[in-house]
Amino acid sequence: MESGLDFTIVKDNLLYFMIGAYPEGKLGGIALTIYLAVAACFFSFWGGLILGLMNVARNKAIRYASGAFVNFVRGMPLLMVIFWCYFLVPGLFGQPVGETKTVIIALSLFTSAYMSQIVKAGIESIPKGQTEAARSSGLKLWQVMVFVILPQGLRNMIPSFVNQFVSLIKDTSLAFIVGVSELTHVATQINNRSFVYPTEIFIFIAVIYFILCYIFTEFSRWLERRLAWRKSI
Amino acid sequence: MIRFEGVHKWFKKLHVLNDIHLHVKQNETVVVCGPSGSGKSTLIRTINRLEPIDQGKLVVDGFDLTDRSFDINKLRAEIGFVFQQFNLYPHLTALKNITLAPIKVRGMARKEAEDLATALLERVGLAEKRNVYPAQLSGGQQQRVAIARGLAMKPKIMLFDEPTSALDPEMIGEVLAVMRHLAHTGMTLVVVTHEMGFAREVADRVVFMDHGAILEEATPDEFFLNPQHDRAKQFLKQILTPMHCEM
Repeated sequence: MESGLDFTIVKDNLLYFMIGAYPEGKLGGIALTIYLAVAACFFSFWGGLILGLMNVARNKAIRYASGAFVNFVRGMPLLMVIFWCYFLVPGLFGQPVGETKTVIIALSLFTSAYMSQIVKAGIESIPKGQTEAARSSGLKLWQVMVFVILPQGLRNMIPSFVNQFVSLIKDTSLAFIVGVSELTHVATQINNRSFVYPTEIFIFIAVIYFILCYIFTEFSRWLERRLAWRKSI
Repeated sequence: MIRFEGVHKWFKKLHVLNDIHLHVKQNETVVVCGPSGSGKSTLIRTINRLEPIDQGKLVVDGFDLTDRSFDINKLRAEIGFVFQQFNLYPHLTALKNITLAPIKVRGMARKEAEDLATALLERVGLAEKRNVYPAQLSGGQQQRVAIARGLAMKPKIMLFDEPTSALDPEMIGEVLAVMRHLAHTGMTLVVVTHEMGFAREVADRVVFMDHGAILEEATPDEFFLNPQHDRAKQFLKQILTPMHCEM
């Protein structure tokens, strides 16, 4: 065996790593990974927010329903959730949904469950006096939430959101299990074709995942600084 | 304006309000005092139903608070509440702290609400702080903004729950001055406080509470010069001694 690494295989397949078989075939590779992550990020943010709010609702039935969902999803490996969605969702809709959408649904459900607990903790971290002051001025409960609690709570939640979304970016790699040609899937394909350079290929995609997560973390830091309202004391 | 008739409240087994009878008339200033844990904060918090009562009758501005069918927010809009810990919204400027409720509850136009808030900030002596966040204000300034926030709803009643207890001594005066001014404008005020100087000067009546019950209700002169109840005498002795320490 030769010594040293040879990244020619990466260089030769760079475009395939980037966009998969697109435009002749489906979009894949890094582009698809980003697409999965962004879409699931969007849906799980709103899903987590809604579930989190349900978790602190005054109505017991709503609280129990969301609690049961969260416990159920948290108790399953993500791989299982993806499989479940893969086999169940088409049945629910009565027609094929497509692997990509299925994976987005699975990732969103899974991440929403975790996000909801961050939202819940964030809401509960705001001192009771804030709610009392707002309620005393005649604001309705939902107004208290929207204008007083969430603006403070969401900002406190940003670091935990970042953790969750970084996990989400990496979790997209599990989509390869149902044949979605995102970055890991593409890497496996290329590796199966050559069989000679697994080290190079998997070092390359590790670096790509790292860069994606790093960019996202930096963006969040910037966002956090921008939203800082305690400018100086 | 505010009428308690045989009001009781329990926290678990603790009897925090015990057969309260009290009538606060319009334009009256009533000061509630008593040792800590006597139920005075709970009493004032029942008036806008931050604490619901368990038994008896409580009528505020014509609304029966035991009646669950009316919209409590309508009543709360008519009652300003000032807290010991100020409870300003830290994510909003002084101005926005004041305009939030008038805009969202009263449906006031933003411009009108901002003019009102500016006028109120001027009145509490903080005109130049309108765009400043609460964290950049001193305790006394925060409390004055909180009072302006309460006044912005043009309330019929203002409630003060130990408004100066969390303040450094040198800031108490500025807050009391604003409250004194309010009392002279003829607003209905209920004030829980240990500031006996304020009570003596401004109150129409002083209510003394201990262990959840009202032990004494009198004019300031009667209360300070000739307290009837032993607990009241003891309380006054402790609180009026210059070097008193909290027991």
